[in-house]
Amino acid sequence: MSMDLTTPRPGRLPDQSEWTFELLEQVHKEIRRVAEGFKLDTYPNQLEVITAEQMMDAYTSVGMPVSYHHWSFGKHFLSTEKGYRRGQMGLAYEIVINSNPCIAYLMEENSLTMQALVIAHASYGHNSFFKGNYLFRTWTDADAIIDYMVFAKNYISDCERRYGVDAVEELLDSCHALQNYGVDRYKRPAKLSLAEEKARQKDREEYLQSQVNIIWRTLPRRDEAPAAQEIQRFPVEPQENLLYFIEKFAPLLEPWQREVVRIVRKIAQYFYPQRQTQVMNEGWATFWHYTILNQMYDEGLLSDGFMMEFLQSHTNVVYQPPVTSPYYNGINPYALGFAMMRDLRRISEEPTEEDRRWFPDIAGGDWQKTLDFAMRNFKDESFIAQYLSPKLIRDFHFFSVLDDDEDEKLLISAIHDDDGYRHIRHKLADQYNLGNREPNIQVYSVNTHSDRSLTLRHTQFQRRPLNQQTEEVLKHVARLWGFDVQLEAVDPKGNVVQRYEHHREKRQGR
Amino acid sequence: MTYLIDRRLQGKNKSAINRERFLRRYKAQIKDAVARAVKGRSITDIDSGEKVSIPVKDISEPTFGHTRGGVWETVHPGNKEYIKGDRVNRPQGGGGGAGKGKAGNSEETTEDDFVFELSREEFMNYFFEDLELPNMVKTQLASTTEFKQHRAGFTVSGTPSNIHVLRSLRGALGRRIAVGGPSRRRLKEAEAELEALLKDLPEDHPEIQALRHEIHHLRTRILAIPFIDPFDLRYSNRVKIPKPANQAVMFSIMDVSGSMDEQKKDTAKRFFILLYLFLTRVYDKIEVVFIRHHTSAVEVNEQEFFNSRESGGTVVSSALHLLLKVIRERYAKGDWNVYVAQASDGDNWDSDSITCRELLTNNIMELVQYFAYVEITDGPAQNLWEEYTQVKDYHPHFAMQKIESPADIYPVFRELFKKQPK
Repeated sequence: MSMDLTTPRPGRLPDQSEWTFELLEQVHKEIRRVAEGFKLDTYPNQLEVITAEQMMDAYTSVGMPVSYHHWSFGKHFLSTEKGYRRGQMGLAYEIVINSNPCIAYLMEENSLTMQALVIAHASYGHNSFFKGNYLFRTWTDADAIIDYMVFAKNYISDCERRYGVDAVEELLDSCHALQNYGVDRYKRPAKLSLAEEKARQKDREEYLQSQVNIIWRTLPRRDEAPAAQEIQRFPVEPQENLLYFIEKFAPLLEPWQREVVRIVRKIAQYFYPQRQTQVMNEGWATFWHYTILNQMYDEGLLSDGFMMEFLQSHTNVVYQPPVTSPYYNGINPYALGFAMMRDLRRISEEPTEEDRRWFPDIAGGDWQKTLDFAMRNFKDESFIAQYLSPKLIRDFHFFSVLDDDEDEKLLISAIHDDDGYRHIRHKLADQYNLGNREPNIQVYSVNTHSDRSLTLRHTQFQRRPLNQQTEEVLKHVARLWGFDVQLEAVDPKGNVVQRYEHHREKRQGR
Repeated sequence: MTYLIDRRLQGKNKSAINRERFLRRYKAQIKDAVARAVKGRSITDIDSGEKVSIPVKDISEPTFGHTRGGVWETVHPGNKEYIKGDRVNRPQGGGGGAGKGKAGNSEETTEDDFVFELSREEFMNYFFEDLELPNMVKTQLASTTEFKQHRAGFTVSGTPSNIHVLRSLRGALGRRIAVGGPSRRRLKEAEAELEALLKDLPEDHPEIQALRHEIHHLRTRILAIPFIDPFDLRYSNRVKIPKPANQAVMFSIMDVSGSMDEQKKDTAKRFFILLYLFLTRVYDKIEVVFIRHHTSAVEVNEQEFFNSRESGGTVVSSALHLLLKVIRERYAKGDWNVYVAQASDGDNWDSDSITCRELLTNNIMELVQYFAYVEITDGPAQNLWEEYTQVKDYHPHFAMQKIESPADIYPVFRELFKKQPK
């Protein structure tokens, strides 16, 4: 350790890039003090130092410390490993888990500066977001997730022993294909609780099976004509959660298979808020690592060298290449999120005339309260719709392009000028609406009276067609459902414009 | 409350099982890739893993999604030139900047093959899965290492049969000299003193009496030193040294008569590569002997084996004679596992095929572990084939197959070396 005797302040960090456990403790202590000064409310933190290889392991099993085994994680690992070994790609600096305590991984290769950045970013930024944001509060249970993953892993390996790796793998493949359709979007789900899961698992198996039996018991005998009321549609309302519907009603699934469907569904549900808050979550974490470390620098705790290295990493993270750049790959959520968080602070602290017109509620207010409120009560879509300012639209040179396949040319529908602000803000918000991004596909009906076939409905959005993988996904649906499956694409007027079918081969067994 | 935990010493490779699952799932594709990879390699260039690629569409995990079409309105950063209402041409190829609504999972993204590295071990496993070295019995014996007794100096303990007499006696002599030394020296002095005293003093003088007594005492003492003591015993030391029985020799015999064109030689080469790869899996040490023949046979190196242009008529037995000679001279039975692979187009000098059969049945087959004959031809079976068929009837460790095109090599190889019913 270099001894700098001219330290202007006790607690100043030495100017070195090697970290030690003592230094990590010291850095973390200061970061925690500053974060508490900014009133960041977090779960307790657990910092774990790991190697690059362990980071790859963690990174490729959906970022969880434990997970069940599946070939797709192996595929992910192989491609990550290849990229990493050839130096084409840096590894993620950090992985943070929405759990209580909140686990953040520090990679041993990182310099002291990077470790400080990661601690501020993950352990105070993401952590406070997980604890505060309404979506995470509603949909995830940080206390239970690790235990649940352990349960899932054990349950699935148990199934592998009993029913064979192939049978479980097939089932998981099919579930994974539908995992984005395994979430409740509107209905608040029951929280994950391991104790409850365990206690009720056995009951549930029996209960679920009995439910299935009740539905299918209504099958008429061949010689009877179905009574009028029996032809009532099933389900009565379209169902958005395909995996849930399958778990509850697929005629042929065995109890253990229903449990596996449920596991994939529960995990998908747990990750659903992350998909809805990417810009906000990263923006928030980036804003706080930036703010906390700057504060520490102002207090004289950090050397200039430390700050230079930090700023370089930070700048790389928040760089937004323009649309004309060969590196352009859509909007960088770190860049947009960070800019919006900073902008909120600016609007509070130094509002312009324009800001007062656009944001009368917050212009000139307490920036910490404003940011805290924004963090807690929005998701990407509504956050952008609410807070994207004209200044940012100008800074980013945002413009919107209308691509209508019935028009041979593209139309520039709005740019960063007075006319365009609201339009661009609206369109950008839409872009983050998962409901628009993912095709709206729901369970429409089941033929309970003859062939038990399942009909899904794709309600088209802006005439957008389904991709070429649709047939493949339908095979998976059919595998789970056990009978023929069809998918109808419906335009806004309710006309069926396209139809996909998958006929299940009659096979013995299963 | 904060925890800072060092996890570095805890296991890595948590993903190993997922990786293995992945390989397991794509076994067929990986095997194909492995088979393709071998074609470009030379016999000795086999000691590495392999890059394997699988078409992306085979390993993609399908999900519902949108594709281009209908109406998309997207916001992009970095406008420099456009103003509202501009109409611009659609970028070619559907991708590009404008209208890229779903970067990442849109199908228009280019689909490179999924490429990853197999380790050498994995590579070999795929390659030789389900294959087995024929006539395993001897191999099994060989792999339970045989030991050879080697002398390694002498030890002070052992069994009577190992006593080394010369060493033991030499040791005893040394001991006797060492132990008796002081007494002997004193005896010499005492005798000299006595002699001197006797000149001046009478026989019964007490000094002389004392000296005579001492001399007697010393003589007794010297005589009491044992001639041999258990301490002197030396035993020959023998240590067990593992004997390198795990070795094999592979004979590659190729017909280079006029009818064997470049393509046929190439096919043969690939077959020999496979055999070499395969044998190195089982044996620590492997030698390759290349024999080429037309009307006469000669032992050559790999370079010449495949590349020399010399050619002529065909007398297959010339190669078998040479084979027999080399085995007898250099690879005596017992120390070496002998494998022979012979490649020919089957076109032999008429009566010579009978000689070949006799050579094989009477001499060669008892010396070798396995004899594989491949006939590289797309024509009808020739007389050599007919004769060899008879060999096969009597010798289960003789195998023969036809290769019509390079595509047959791997299947034929598999056929020749497939696991045998136990």
